[in-house]
Amino acid sequence: MAGPIEASASASGAADPVFLSLRGLTRRFGGLTAVDAIDLDLGEGELVSIIGPNGAGKTTLFNLVTGLDRPDAGEVRLDREVITGLSPETLASRGIARTFQLGRVFGNLSVMDNVLIGAHTRLRAVKPAVPLIGPLLELVLALVRPYSVKSEEERLREEVRGILARFGDRLLPRIDQPAYSLSYANRRRVEIARALALAPRLLLLDEPTAGMNPSETAEMQALIAELKAEGLTILLIEHKLDMVMRLSDRVVVMDEGRKIAEGVGEDVRKDPKVIEAYLGHGLSQAAMDEREPAA
Amino acid sequence: MSSWLDYTINGLIVGNVYALVAVGLALIFGVSRLINFSQGSIYLVGAYIGWVAVVKLQTPLPVTIVLVATLAGMVGLIVERFGLRPLQNSVRIAPLLATIGISFVLDQIVMLIFSPNPRALPSQLPDVRFQVGGGTIGPLDLLIAAVGVTSALLLFLFLRYSKLGWAVRATAQDRDAAMQMGVDVNRVNQAVFGIAAALGGVSGMLVGMYYNQIDTAMSLQATLKGVVAEVVGGAGSVPGAVAGGLLLGLVESYGVALFGTSYRNLFAFLLLISVLVLRPNGLFVSARQAPPEPLTGTFVAPSRPVRLPPWALLIAFAVFALLPLFPVSSYVLQTLINAWLFGMLALSLTLVAGTVGQVSLGHAALLAIGAYTSALLSLSLSFPVGIAIICGGLMSAALGTLLISPSFRLRGHYVSIATLAIGEIVSLVILNWESVTHGPIGVVGIPPLSLFGYELVGAPSVYWFSFVVMVLLALLQVRLLASHIGRSFRAIRDDDVAARAYGLSLNRYKSLAFIFGGFAAGVSGGIAAHLYSYINHETFNTQQSILALTIVILGGLGNVAGAIVGSVALVGLPEVFRIAAEYRILIYGMVLLLLVRFRPQGLLGTI
Repeated sequence: MAGPIEASASASGAADPVFLSLRGLTRRFGGLTAVDAIDLDLGEGELVSIIGPNGAGKTTLFNLVTGLDRPDAGEVRLDREVITGLSPETLASRGIARTFQLGRVFGNLSVMDNVLIGAHTRLRAVKPAVPLIGPLLELVLALVRPYSVKSEEERLREEVRGILARFGDRLLPRIDQPAYSLSYANRRRVEIARALALAPRLLLLDEPTAGMNPSETAEMQALIAELKAEGLTILLIEHKLDMVMRLSDRVVVMDEGRKIAEGVGEDVRKDPKVIEAYLGHGLSQAAMDEREPAA
Repeated sequence: MSSWLDYTINGLIVGNVYALVAVGLALIFGVSRLINFSQGSIYLVGAYIGWVAVVKLQTPLPVTIVLVATLAGMVGLIVERFGLRPLQNSVRIAPLLATIGISFVLDQIVMLIFSPNPRALPSQLPDVRFQVGGGTIGPLDLLIAAVGVTSALLLFLFLRYSKLGWAVRATAQDRDAAMQMGVDVNRVNQAVFGIAAALGGVSGMLVGMYYNQIDTAMSLQATLKGVVAEVVGGAGSVPGAVAGGLLLGLVESYGVALFGTSYRNLFAFLLLISVLVLRPNGLFVSARQAPPEPLTGTFVAPSRPVRLPPWALLIAFAVFALLPLFPVSSYVLQTLINAWLFGMLALSLTLVAGTVGQVSLGHAALLAIGAYTSALLSLSLSFPVGIAIICGGLMSAALGTLLISPSFRLRGHYVSIATLAIGEIVSLVILNWESVTHGPIGVVGIPPLSLFGYELVGAPSVYWFSFVVMVLLALLQVRLLASHIGRSFRAIRDDDVAARAYGLSLNRYKSLAFIFGGFAAGVSGGIAAHLYSYINHETFNTQQSILALTIVILGGLGNVAGAIVGSVALVGLPEVFRIAAEYRILIYGMVLLLLVRFRPQGLLGTI
């Protein structure tokens, strides 16, 4: 573990217990180090944003935390327990939910079914935790559907309607439509609804407002603020800087796989390394200004 | 020891031919990420063009080779232009299904023109053997080696030094980038299909000369061997395909030396399965990053399924249930019994291929397992037939799932290859495990269908029995699809990455699908065994797997009612119109092609 450990904990002023902790997390693709010795701590109920130019390794970092990719080095801990390299299925059952950068809804499933898949790890009655014959019991219970199974399904459906109601009348009227027929913004909403149905302890949002217009973005921002107020721990990747500044307790800046800065809103924004990272990647000063209207 | 040298030479020569087929497959896979299941048919076409040239036109050997390469290449161009190019923006499953359809159409055309009887294909070369070390080598061996080396050299020069060759390599590396740089991808596809077909055709002719025999069964074997060689070498890698072909040739040759000829294919498929499981990227390709997956679930065509009103279903049920009470000929009932048996198979396949997205090409193996289990239990252990059939279903569920489980980690086209191979393995094990299955003799005198001690005599009772069993299986499947398992299946099909991220274990749900589907297929096979009273290792073959797949596509992937409608249409109608058997497969192939092109969601829509 040769990662730079400076600055990591210094900015997280509060003494909240560390909920998610990354140490020296590294992932290489051939000659490219997509994620380079990242350290990161996330307290319970905290919202930390990860920003950085395209190709900085943000999504790869998400993949490492959610088990879709395995790190070459380093460690991930959730609630002090080492979870490095566990399968995505296991991590989902530990309460990690994520959305995907480019949207991965189940196209042929209805909105209701998409979100119900989110609640899959919470099925109890129909998935008895019996070793070996568990899957067969699941098959039988799904076919026979005793009262406990039916009522569990009904309860989850009710809960899904509640989650969908958080999006106003964006999704509720389309509850039985297949996801492929939804608008792009609505698919992003379905993804977030699906993540909420998991009742996550940790929520990873990968550019939740990509492709949304300003009013849709504002709506999403309000929703995320609400989730934060409810105490959900959130890791957010986002390009819209003023949204990041408003929502985040802390901001982590990544560039070329490394963490180049971390801190509270304004400090990061003025960090010369951050400005250079953006400029170095061809973003003009004018564009920087445009991206950051006075907070 | 001398014979070992002979086996090595033989292995390398045969391997050379496999390599020629595999190189074509690798080129095509490289530029279009497609496993071309019609490659073997072009090989077959090449062999018969060679036969016409040698026997009828009596052309000298160099002319024969050029003629075969040119004509086969043209067939390849036609396949690309009319079979695949229209599907470019289609769902991922479409080109795969199209090549399967094309393969059946081509095979059948050859069979109709030349009859299925084997023909001799003389090599036109002097029959002398040269002594090499301890073994011997003939002029034909040298010719095959020379053709192999020359083609490899020409291909190398083409890819390295011609502009079109650069375009091929660029497209293989990054199709989108190549298109943005102005590479005409259609021309690249054309070139690749032309080259692949020319190589395939020539290798078909050479193999025909090597064994001095050609027949229409060569096609499927060639596809299988070519695909094995290609996958072993690393899909899309041309040098890998050559190495994979040679390795496959050697493995087979040594396998035959040790265990006998009937084990030849078993070794090929075991090699394939072990490579797929241990090194799915191939032996000779260094582990790369996983290829980028499409971002949204477009494996099957999105559609709104046609909702059949309950009264329509009830009427249909009543009509078919009461049919035997009317004066219909027993011929009609026999036909429908067949349709119901296929209906059960299609229910199974529509679940596996449609609902979970695992396009199985070896589904007939599940029939075979159920049939043999039921037949042998009732014959040797005197099980009552009803119980034996249920045991057949359970055995299919258990064994089928176990056999298929190595392929659970595979995706898309690879699943189809693996299931095709597993289907062949099952049939080869049945052929070779004589102490249990009676080997090539088959199982004779299987007791007729009976229920609670009463024999089902006459068409009506058998009709009702199979109809009721099918309807029960269908209702059970509808119930399954409405449960959380149904939604989990479909989620896995649409996007397995997102499904895993939400806690769905792929192994668990794919297993459940094969257990449920395996049971239905096994029951169908069991009933068939007692109905036919005789089965052997060829009773349940790849043609039935393909027919089942066509039924499933026709009805709509995952669509339970569609599976039954499809069976009645594809099993029943050709019978009603008395279409001769040799034209039927042609029709199935055409139906598959037209569906994929014009109505990929099938009659009743994907669910």
